[in-house]
Amino acid sequence: MLQQLGAGMVVSAEIFFLTLILSLPLGLVLSFGRMSKNRLIRAVSKVYISVMRGTPLMLQLMVVYFGPFYLFGIKITSSYRFVAVIIGFVLNYAAYFAEIYRGGIESMAIGQYEAAKILGYSKVQTFFKIIFPQVVKRILPPVTNEVITLVKDTSLAFVIAVSEMFTSAKAIAAAQTTMVPFVIAGIFYYVFNLLVAFVMEKLEKKLDYYR
Amino acid sequence: MNLLEIKNLKKSYGGLTVIEDISLSVAEGEVVSIIGPSGSGKSTLLRCATMLEKMNGGELTYLSEKAAWNGSDGKCVYAPSKDLKRIHGYYGLVFQNFNLFPHFSVLKNVMDAPVSVQGIPKAEAEKTARQLLARLGLADKADAYPCQLSGGQQQRVSIARALALNPKILFFDEPTSALDPELTVEVLKVIRSLAEQKMTMIIVTHEMQFAKELSDRIIFMEEGRIQAQGTPDELFSTENARVREFIGKLTN
Repeated sequence: MLQQLGAGMVVSAEIFFLTLILSLPLGLVLSFGRMSKNRLIRAVSKVYISVMRGTPLMLQLMVVYFGPFYLFGIKITSSYRFVAVIIGFVLNYAAYFAEIYRGGIESMAIGQYEAAKILGYSKVQTFFKIIFPQVVKRILPPVTNEVITLVKDTSLAFVIAVSEMFTSAKAIAAAQTTMVPFVIAGIFYYVFNLLVAFVMEKLEKKLDYYR
Repeated sequence: MNLLEIKNLKKSYGGLTVIEDISLSVAEGEVVSIIGPSGSGKSTLLRCATMLEKMNGGELTYLSEKAAWNGSDGKCVYAPSKDLKRIHGYYGLVFQNFNLFPHFSVLKNVMDAPVSVQGIPKAEAEKTARQLLARLGLADKADAYPCQLSGGQQQRVSIARALALNPKILFFDEPTSALDPELTVEVLKVIRSLAEQKMTMIIVTHEMQFAKELSDRIIFMEEGRIQAQGTPDELFSTENARVREFIGKLTN
């Protein structure tokens, strides 16, 4: 039982880290789209974010997994399961992160841009040297919220039968008529989130050297 | 040679005209103070001159290099960005509320632009920055962060930051308006020492006494125009009733 749950844990952790690594940068790109001067790009980004935030992640996972077959008749292989989960999670979380980035970027004082312009920094330099580091500090608390939700959301991968933690727990519980796997799964998610909270707090402390 | 030349500058926001028509030239080594009531367009003039705002009309020239001029369609045309980049290097601006980079140490605030923008080697930029900080009485604050400094110290850092790029002209936009009287003194002292070293400066200020002592020329602005200008003696003994009233109010 423990072996099976352990394997599930690894899959859950994989979903978690891959989603973070891919959706954080994608969210930043999306937030640029959302703030673009081009009206079309802005509108498309806005609709995308609205749909991703307005429909269940579970449904989005089903669409990503079954979509290729229903829409284009492409045969779905079992190795696509995990890929589909990652695609679904990344697309969904990027939308949330985009709005967090946007809030942070728009909260920056205009004076920072003006000082950078007067000093001759290029637009790219201004963003990555001056603006973005300060944005990171400001958005850390809402990002922590999302990351904690992500830990628990990894359990949604069970809808397309990816054998992550929750899927394994459910299977074992049904086969052996016992609550124990659920208890272990619960402890796993909780401890994982304790770790997340600990790391994020460290990060916040590290950025505490300035206001 | 005139370092700065502004001809027939016009600026409006929507339907509101802020600058009617201003022409102004500043010679090398000259210290020019701009005074006038709030809303007279002083800060807008500075923001147009430093290209933080786009002019609606007129001509802007630094060191005989045209930055902006009136196009054939009556709209203001700016030089290609390659030229503007070079022209940007001719001047610096000290803001009313400092606008230091809070996540950079004092030293990095001063040396980062020389390294990242001008491509000066790090060691050399650091040496220059430390010298500047020492000159402005901030040698022991190099490793501090802006939030740990008083307003006066922050403003001095921002002056050091501007000087580090070695500008030909330095603009000040009400540099002491965010400071209490005691801190004002220490910032004015720095500006005074720059004047003694013949730094070309254009200063928007409400400090009448300071403007009188320091300036080669004072410009009085109201309603988007230059209403009067002259040497401090000329302006302080003017017959112009409006100027007398304004100066009188501020010096008492």
